[in-house]
Amino acid sequence: MRYLPLEPEDRRAMLARIGVADIDALFADIPEAVRLAEPLDLPPGAGELEVTRTMERLAARNTPAGSVPFFIGCGAYRHHVPATVDHLIQRSEFLTAYTPYQPEIAQGTLQYLFEFQTQVALMTGMEVANASMYDGSTATAEAVLMAQRVTKRAKAVLSGSLHPHYRAVVETLAHFGESTVVALPPAPETMGGGEAIAAHIDAETACVVVQMPGFFGDVFDLSPIAAAAHAHGALLVAVVTEAVSLGALTPPGAMGADIVVAEGQSLGNGLNFGGPYVGLFATRQKFVRQMPGRLVGETVDADGRPGYVLTLASREQHIRRERATSNICTNSGLAALAFTIHATLLGEAGLARLATLNHESAILLAEALSTVPGVEVLNETFFNEFTLRVPGRAAALIDALAEKGVLGGVPVSRLLPDRPDLADLVIVAASEINTDADRARYRDTLGQILAETTS
Amino acid sequence: MSDMRFTREHEWIRVDGDIGTVGITDHAQEQLGDITFVELPEVGKSLAKGGEAAAVDSVKAASEVYAPVSGEVVEVNGALDENAALVNEDAEGKGWFFKMRIADEGELDDLMDRSAYETFVKEQA
Amino acid sequence: MTSPTDERPAGAREGDAASCPAAPETFSGNRGLDIEEPLLFTLGSSQKTGVDLPEPRGLAPRLDGVARRGPIGLKGLSEPETLRHYVRLSRRNYAIDSGIFPLGSCTMKHNPRLNERVARLPGFADVHPLQPQQTVQGVLALMDMLSHWLLTMTGLEAVALSPKAGAHGELCGMIAIKAAHEASGEAERRRVVLVPESAHGTNPATAALLGYRVRAVPADSDGTVRAEAVAEVLGEDVAALMLTNPNTCGLFERDVVEIARLVHEAGAYFYCDGANLNAILAKARPGDLGVDAMHINLHKTFSTPHGGGGPGSGPVVFSKALAPFAPLPRVVRDGETFHLVEHDGRADGGGDTRQRPFGRLTAFHGQMGMFVRAMAYMLSHGSDGLRQASEDAVLNANYLRASLRDVMSQPFGDRICMHEVLFDDAFLKGTGVTTLDFAKALIDEGFHPMTIYFPLVVHGALLIEPTESESRASLDQFIASLRALAEAAKAGDRDRFLAAPRLAPRRRLDETRAARKPVLRWMAPEPARAAE
Repeated sequence: MRYLPLEPEDRRAMLARIGVADIDALFADIPEAVRLAEPLDLPPGAGELEVTRTMERLAARNTPAGSVPFFIGCGAYRHHVPATVDHLIQRSEFLTAYTPYQPEIAQGTLQYLFEFQTQVALMTGMEVANASMYDGSTATAEAVLMAQRVTKRAKAVLSGSLHPHYRAVVETLAHFGESTVVALPPAPETMGGGEAIAAHIDAETACVVVQMPGFFGDVFDLSPIAAAAHAHGALLVAVVTEAVSLGALTPPGAMGADIVVAEGQSLGNGLNFGGPYVGLFATRQKFVRQMPGRLVGETVDADGRPGYVLTLASREQHIRRERATSNICTNSGLAALAFTIHATLLGEAGLARLATLNHESAILLAEALSTVPGVEVLNETFFNEFTLRVPGRAAALIDALAEKGVLGGVPVSRLLPDRPDLADLVIVAASEINTDADRARYRDTLGQILAETTS
Repeated sequence: MSDMRFTREHEWIRVDGDIGTVGITDHAQEQLGDITFVELPEVGKSLAKGGEAAAVDSVKAASEVYAPVSGEVVEVNGALDENAALVNEDAEGKGWFFKMRIADEGELDDLMDRSAYETFVKEQA
Repeated sequence: MTSPTDERPAGAREGDAASCPAAPETFSGNRGLDIEEPLLFTLGSSQKTGVDLPEPRGLAPRLDGVARRGPIGLKGLSEPETLRHYVRLSRRNYAIDSGIFPLGSCTMKHNPRLNERVARLPGFADVHPLQPQQTVQGVLALMDMLSHWLLTMTGLEAVALSPKAGAHGELCGMIAIKAAHEASGEAERRRVVLVPESAHGTNPATAALLGYRVRAVPADSDGTVRAEAVAEVLGEDVAALMLTNPNTCGLFERDVVEIARLVHEAGAYFYCDGANLNAILAKARPGDLGVDAMHINLHKTFSTPHGGGGPGSGPVVFSKALAPFAPLPRVVRDGETFHLVEHDGRADGGGDTRQRPFGRLTAFHGQMGMFVRAMAYMLSHGSDGLRQASEDAVLNANYLRASLRDVMSQPFGDRICMHEVLFDDAFLKGTGVTTLDFAKALIDEGFHPMTIYFPLVVHGALLIEPTESESRASLDQFIASLRALAEAAKAGDRDRFLAAPRLAPRRRLDETRAARKPVLRWMAPEPARAAE
């Protein structure tokens, strides 16, 4: 086995030093009745070539996003990631390091996390950010828990703008963690901030959770919701699933959000069929000790030189155990590294331009698809994602498009199967990767399929 | 300082009329090491004897601080927000945590005086 | 090594001078290959960018009134500057690729590069989680294959792949347990979770997150949990026992089968923390031990890279009793076609509607990138290799134990350990050297220290997990340094320890200062902020 350095001669000599006759003696504590005598019923080991063949065969049964005109979003977005990013995150010293528990020999990780925290705070318009969470959905659930700690209240009000998966994650934790959730139904007709969410905020409310851009793609001002929440002593949790939007939109922090959580996959990270991604988590300085997750802070070493350490660990499970702010034990280090490298390559100017290109790509796509008879763009406003109403069942249409080599979006029924009233909606995303030819192909294929089905 | 009483959880209370000033003992701060943050109760909060009143963090530990007797919090030591190190420097003086209006003076009788506390600490070691 | 301040502990300079003349202070602050790297915010500018993007067309925006007005404050670097910044930072990290990383309970094993390559195949890396299912059949087939391997290795009934890390897996398993108690109408009275004192902090934190009270189970003097001790604290109010096996002291819980029987008899479930699976993989199956739910850290046992602290992946395997409660999504095979079941409506809840998936733990379907890597690792090892890996991991740990037992001290006597060996600080008694000092001295010797002060139940714990990835030569080098350090401590060479590390990119960092006045981000200097 190529990964195992010990030779039979080593094993013999080592057993002799230990003073046992054979390897079985080292497993004597396992009760004999449950010790496996036979090998597991699995195939024997394989060489690199054989494993590569197996994996390539499986990979070939999928349609990569980059091989077709691609317009799927809903919480995961395809962007061009510079080659430098993947090279750097594969540096041995980043890829194969552990959590920086020994800061003297982990300054590389600690410094990039400090830079990451700064970038996230700047992009969200908040004062502080942590060193990342698992992903946007779990960060949202953690934000709700944090708001409950800060306000000492149990109820969370979820806007219909929240991604249905995110809502489900919050609901799972609320149900089994014994707190209360009021979830408003997703409603395309309330796009643009038309949801009557303020009516659900009361003196028991810990937080209001609103996604912007919303699940249907609309952008709107969070300030009125922030004001309504604050009037009742509740916090506003703003959720962002497309981090590139932060380059074009007023940051949630400037619209009154108390906690901003985001899915950071869009920068530096590929689609990966849903993971690993990277959750962003930012808040106000005054709440920092209620924050979940790892934090890196600046300090000095014994010689007075600047350096970085994990700090405020007394919030965390390894010290506080059942009183910890969260049970989380890790962050999403390498995905955060990819994020921060991509953000560094973009810089202020690059992120702003990338956001503009995404927005323009969506405007062009909306114009193109609006020309297809029977198809309606529901959004007044959007960033790089919007909602289409199509004749008939959207899911069947998306499948038909896929048959013809266009990945055309997400039928709302995929995420909300219990809402037949929304079964004719498709959420469509655009980004800088889409060309004029991609858009024309989508428009023409859509038109062709609809013409065939209605004729 | 005969008016100081101690708990087995290493809190002290100094009584002045019906007001008690509460902190952690010098022995406790020594055990905790460098104290980095003190979470104080809200003024007006009513505390039950033995109930959680405050929390104290050091780099490697976090501990709850319990109310030595029942009563209502009337003042907290705001200086600790800025400078938690005061607890290390002067645990039984400037490093006090909060003042409370004592509900039942009889509860003080359950606490140790200094010599009893010192014996208790020695026995623990 | 020189320093501009004289605040460092006494003896540092003298120690250096005794062995070799001190190197002169450099003008740049760099020392050979060790280069000081400033924060990117002081290197970059708001105009500079390392990407070439086309000019926008100038279309009228549809952002209503929420278009960004002010600057973000980000700084950019050109591509060569970016490379240099991160390469320089990378050189300030210790890594498994550069040497033994003997962190107990962390399983820092070799990360094969084949796994990285196959995870980057576009058919895995460039597929969207919400693509139509007919376009991702290979991904679903891989998830099904991974599930099959995990279930075969653990002898359990069902698997949830979606948890994002070990602690997330714990949450998944414990929610399933709570859901099962809800379904049987016992959730109201079962409010307690039993956790041994030696457990990792995530165990009590997870239980508390679900509203459970934690009741401690004391360990025996030999470091393991006795069945009688569990029986003592079991009752009708107990929902579950959370037990790590092998435990955090590196010992196999010999009473585990009886413990599981008692737990089940009391109507509770047995959650096993699978952090230490690497010791027993292919040697014993958790299902045979009576486990009801267990998370598997793919980033430990199955070598997906730790990445400086994540991303991890923590699939959970379930017994027959808990299988119906496993969360969504699930992969279901139907002949040659695979279905991703994302909603309860289509899940096979059977006749009993209470026996249903407990919900969703995360957006999408889990850490696919890690599934690919773990699968490549498993296929490479195969049944025989997995067994050999466990044996070598345990052999290496015991080799360390046997080579160090005369100079270091073991809290539970000299007994055979599993994949990690635990020492306490008794051997340092009277030397004036603490566990922390000892660990820091290892840094100067060119090693990453072991896990220290964990488990909490052992005074000054030093927990060493070499893994199967170390050669005998590598172990011998590590042993020689540990022996020399232990002897130096006993010989009174305190300064070597108190001033350590002296040869790392940084000396000891002031954690108190960091926590008292947290500085968690870079801030523009005042004049620059005024100018913005």
